[in-house]
Amino acid sequence: MSRNMANKEEAIEIEGVVVEALPNTMFRVKLDNQHEVLAHISGKMRMHYIRILPGDRVKVELSPYDLQRGRITYRFK
Amino acid sequence: MIVRKSDAEIATIAQAGRIVADCLEELAATVQPGVTTRALDQLAEEFIRGRGGVPTFKGYRGFPKSICTSPNDMVVHGIPGKHRMREGDVLSIDVGVTYDGFIADSALTVPVGEVSGQALRLLDVTRASLEAAIPRCAVGNRLGDVSHAVQAVVEAAGFSVVRSLVGHGVGREMHEDPQIPNYGDPGHGAQLESGMVLAIEPMVNVGDHEVFLAPDGWSIHTADGSLSAHFEHTVAVTAGGPRVLTRRRSERA
Repeated sequence: MSRNMANKEEAIEIEGVVVEALPNTMFRVKLDNQHEVLAHISGKMRMHYIRILPGDRVKVELSPYDLQRGRITYRFK
Repeated sequence: MIVRKSDAEIATIAQAGRIVADCLEELAATVQPGVTTRALDQLAEEFIRGRGGVPTFKGYRGFPKSICTSPNDMVVHGIPGKHRMREGDVLSIDVGVTYDGFIADSALTVPVGEVSGQALRLLDVTRASLEAAIPRCAVGNRLGDVSHAVQAVVEAAGFSVVRSLVGHGVGREMHEDPQIPNYGDPGHGAQLESGMVLAIEPMVNVGDHEVFLAPDGWSIHTADGSLSAHFEHTVAVTAGGPRVLTRRRSERA
């Protein structure tokens, strides 16, 4: 029985609030769906020296392969 | 992650493979105008269980029957039922057997009675594309070498390779890593190591490669209505070369 070709990396974008800042610019983020994930800051944000602090509302990109890990792609004002 | 199997495990898959091969031969011999796909399914189920195996497809993700029967413009995953075969049809049959916890998967496409020259050419080309891919399943090669082998044969004949469906690793599970497309670039993709067991299944359309899913939620059809063929073997990558675990007796002739 053949298999459907997996679609190329469908990331899921969810918003959440940063709960704590961990070493190595990792953050624990509580998503709007109540799940807590480990997220790192995206390269683009690093490049523009955008700081993230606990309490910030952010947009997180989740990988379909590991829903406990994400990438912070945006910080809301 | 691609699970590699021990020699003993490959031997078990070979036993499952023998049941699959013999079953397919039995079914191919039964195909005639007037026979229903349901009859083939019943025959297959009895055959497989009689040999101590279990039909893998039955209940897999909700699939209701033991084999897939896909006539004419149906590519794969046809559900056996009241379809009665007619002279001129081509029918693809896909069988999976679980034996002692391990699975083997193989398929073939047969003509029903007298069929058109183009249909025969389609079957020959599809079969040839699988035979071209098998020797590429050697230690040190890459998956892309295998995929490209299929694509080259098919496209040289003017047919198209179905892109949205792929072959797969097989073992304790029906569908394991890696995905094995029937098109690709040589030198790309995962490196093949001994112990890998791959289900290689070229799906070839006479017309365009596009396909769609029918309302039954399973059967896949060519978008342009052209004929489609499907051949499959479960191949183990071993230190001594590729070993086809689902070779039919009639194929050795």
